[in-house]
Amino acid sequence: MLRRTLQHTGSIVWLLVLTIQEMGDAIRRGRLPFRTKIFFQQCDRTGVGSVPLVALVSFFIGLTMALLTGYQLRTFGQQRLVPALVGIAFTRELGPLMTGIMLAARIGAAYTAEIGTMKVSDEVEAIEAMGLGPLRFLVSPRLLAVFMLMPCLVIVSDMTAMVGASLISFWAFDIPLRTFFATALDSLLLRDLVAGVLKSFLFGLIIGLVSCYKGLTVQGGAAGVGDATTSSVVASITTVIGMDTLINIMLVALFE
Amino acid sequence: MKPEDSAPVERPLVELRDISLAFGEKEILKNVSLVAGRRERIVLLGQSGGGKSTILRLILGILPPTGGTVKFNGADVTRMRRRRLNKMRQKIGMVYQYSALISSLSVRDNLALPLEELTDKTRAEIDELVQMKLEMVGMADARDKMPSELSGGMRKRIGLARGIMMDPELILYDEPSAGLDPVISAVIDELIIELSEKIGATSIIVTHELESAFKIATRVAMLYKGEIIAEGTPEEIRSSEDPVVAQFISGSTQGPILETSK
Repeated sequence: MLRRTLQHTGSIVWLLVLTIQEMGDAIRRGRLPFRTKIFFQQCDRTGVGSVPLVALVSFFIGLTMALLTGYQLRTFGQQRLVPALVGIAFTRELGPLMTGIMLAARIGAAYTAEIGTMKVSDEVEAIEAMGLGPLRFLVSPRLLAVFMLMPCLVIVSDMTAMVGASLISFWAFDIPLRTFFATALDSLLLRDLVAGVLKSFLFGLIIGLVSCYKGLTVQGGAAGVGDATTSSVVASITTVIGMDTLINIMLVALFE
Repeated sequence: MKPEDSAPVERPLVELRDISLAFGEKEILKNVSLVAGRRERIVLLGQSGGGKSTILRLILGILPPTGGTVKFNGADVTRMRRRRLNKMRQKIGMVYQYSALISSLSVRDNLALPLEELTDKTRAEIDELVQMKLEMVGMADARDKMPSELSGGMRKRIGLARGIMMDPELILYDEPSAGLDPVISAVIDELIIELSEKIGATSIIVTHELESAFKIATRVAMLYKGEIIAEGTPEEIRSSEDPVVAQFISGSTQGPILETSK
């Protein structure tokens, strides 16, 4: 088990190195490191297409969080702490984490299934046989799309969560909207924002790499694609949560 | 450096020397040697799952052999780095059994892909070339269709057109007429002969369809249990007295082929 995990990790890092090399080759030949059309298609799917889901889920989580913590804090008369709590929790932790989990399921699965199907129908090999470099063609546009758009989605998630939290705070705890946002902004430190953004870039990279790797290593027809998709989602989510914990421990150890 | 490099004799385009290939315990190929000269059409015959298609992947450098050397134009494929390998692959056209067209791209984009990516041709030049190759395979009307809208035979012809987009020196065919009706497969056979004559390319064709094999080939090699057991002109193979070859050609159930696999 450990050995297999290490093998996969090694192969995934290697995939990143090879992809960067192939992109470098393209740049050296005076071409773009990815096909623009595929890149924009993927950006549209990954970024714009994920906004409704990310916004909706974050809105409800923000709302629930404010409601539940508010009720607990009210017993001590401290419900004014709700904006700071939701603000910090989302920018630093829940925004990147929830968006990571949602994207692993929504986009990681799609990437794996797509590349996996191309692999079993020999399309990947055909691209390789033409001397085109399948990584530049298949992996780089997807990887870049999820890497660059993940932070944008995290910001959408943070904002909608705050909207959800502010509405419920106004309704249940009589905190005016203006006060809510002012307190939330006051309590946020630059450190929290930077930590959130850095995490989101990293999670984007993990989801992109794991899902493309799982797609490229599919074996054995339709059932193989199914298995790979499941395992891609499981692996992306576990890795995202694992990395999140690791980063939190490191940040606390270094800065608190 | 070696004397043969400077020799004026035309060197063979593809040379496989003592190739062996094993996946773990399972031996796929044993000491396979095969030489393809320019403009030859070599048919590789053999049982299904016998490693014929694997030989094509070895030539493309997609699979490395366990032992032996693969040479293309005198250069050792097994030692090539990625960039040289990609350069070499541009001179080879591969036609897949199930066409392997990129399903998200239209026929035009599928054919234009290698030209857009690997050459500096303008859009107009590319369109003209795409039209020309489509006409060569008799599929000029399919230009704006998606691969999913085409039948198996049509897709195969588009696959053929894609294989010759870069005017390759070598065309590899993996089961070009498998699963097609007799008329379409005869059309494909004629196309293979026509293309190899028109663009002067060498062809290596993997098949187990005897009728096509004998029609297309200038030379036939028979692969059995990972080894090449017979090689010669179609007539020589047809009249071979080797029991395995004779059984394969007659399609008889009596003989060494089934006995040894039991």
